[in-house]
Amino acid sequence: MDNPEQILAILFQLTQLMLVVLLAPLLTGWVNQCQAWLQNRSGAGILQPYRVLHKLFLKDAVMAYNASWLFNVTPYIVFGCMWLAAAIIPIIAVDLPFSQAADVIALVGVFALARVFIALAAMDIGTSFGTMGARREMLVSFLAEPALLMVLFTSSMISHSTQLPRIVEALAHHEFVLYPSLAFAALAFLIVLLAENARIPVDNPGTHLELTMIHEAMILEYSARHLALIEWASSLKLFAYISIGIALFFPHGIVEVGNWAGLPLAIFLLLLKLLTAGAGLAVLESLMAKMRIFRAPEFLGTAFLLAVLGLLIHFLLGA
Amino acid sequence: MPMSYTLQFINLLAALLLLIVFAMLSQRRILSLINLFAWQGFVLALSTFVVAYTTAQHHLYYSAALTLLLKVLVLPWLLHRLIRKLNVKWDVETLINIPTTMLVGIALVIFAFNLADPITQLAQGITRGLIGIALASVLLSLLMMLTRRKAISQVVAFLSLENGLFFAATSATQGMPLVVELGIALDVLVATFIFGIFFFQIRETFDSLDLTHMEKLKDD
Repeated sequence: MDNPEQILAILFQLTQLMLVVLLAPLLTGWVNQCQAWLQNRSGAGILQPYRVLHKLFLKDAVMAYNASWLFNVTPYIVFGCMWLAAAIIPIIAVDLPFSQAADVIALVGVFALARVFIALAAMDIGTSFGTMGARREMLVSFLAEPALLMVLFTSSMISHSTQLPRIVEALAHHEFVLYPSLAFAALAFLIVLLAENARIPVDNPGTHLELTMIHEAMILEYSARHLALIEWASSLKLFAYISIGIALFFPHGIVEVGNWAGLPLAIFLLLLKLLTAGAGLAVLESLMAKMRIFRAPEFLGTAFLLAVLGLLIHFLLGA
Repeated sequence: MPMSYTLQFINLLAALLLLIVFAMLSQRRILSLINLFAWQGFVLALSTFVVAYTTAQHHLYYSAALTLLLKVLVLPWLLHRLIRKLNVKWDVETLINIPTTMLVGIALVIFAFNLADPITQLAQGITRGLIGIALASVLLSLLMMLTRRKAISQVVAFLSLENGLFFAATSATQGMPLVVELGIALDVLVATFIFGIFFFQIRETFDSLDLTHMEKLKDD
């Protein structure tokens, strides 16, 4: 612990952790605000998610009569998983102490752990909505996960490592190279991002209509601080996914640990990328219509196909 | 392995070409199919232009311009006019459902890449890795011709097949003689006109553009 480099690395890790957990609701607010502008509404402002969280934390939690301990601990587990995921991803700097703990495959596992718990908690209550939401969530995610893994494998093949910091270094800190395989991977990743974060063509985060909701159906029974944690975890998940996208496809600007001088620029570039990604997401969601749930397998199948094509192209062209 | 930026760019365009063929394969609407075909032509023209620039072959500039004129402007315009006249904007019915078609498509791509591997060893051009992609897009277009019922989407598939062949020609052998290219371009144009007349004839006879009706013509 007395090694100054280690202390520095831990400082960087803490900076990233705090930055992510505080910025995540802001990103959600920004996406919602952009959507409001696109739909000719004035919107609630980008600070609205903070107000919602504040309100929910002050309320008294109501538990269902037959809820078990599983229902009680799930919000904490989900929030913890998402925060851990955000700690592993190189968001402001590579070679953080946490990033040694897990490679991309373990990262997918962390997301899966959160998903399993939230689905179990939804079934725990025994309402029909919870069970339906959990089943749909599992349908969507079991199709999205292989596609996500294939995307990550394509990037891993290019950088010869499944560690995210190595991938970022291979892409950002070397000579600029155009990778056609990454174009496919990026498209596949976009589809996975939309599906996994319950965004529009697959699920609509703004609806509570019984026939269409997936994610919202699972968390219907949560209230107060539990709901706040789950909402916050959803924001963190969106943040984490966009950060993975940035790390895989636009990693330029992510600094190395210990580079204090580069840090302001890194954070500035990160904010710029997040703003662009959030606005892009809002545009995409406004352009697309929610598709029928039975169309989702085809949509996600396309993602898997694109990712496989990316891998094949990598083998053929070596790029 | 440092590659020149132009080569990387051509690789990227080749990948885009394959992507567009896959998009066409998954497309249900005829209108979007034609728009995708126009984009394919655009990518093709761009890649021909880049090959012309890197290898300094002037006749390839003409063929790039010809591709741009014919496949991005004239043919899509003709097809748009045709579907407006025939009033066929409805969704395309496929013989095999779309996810299965996509899986078959992936298998075809793997097959094409393996098939092109020995040919790639022989080719001398700057862009030899691209034969596999060209072959894959030809095979995928063929698959699209097989799985579509409507005459118009089959014709778009045929034109996209021709695009794949053209791409193979420019990337592997760095272009055919200009006379041959002009001949092919003219052929494609004439073929589209003739197809147009066929469409009207088919519709007059069967009241539909669905080619399965043609099976009634045989003697029992």
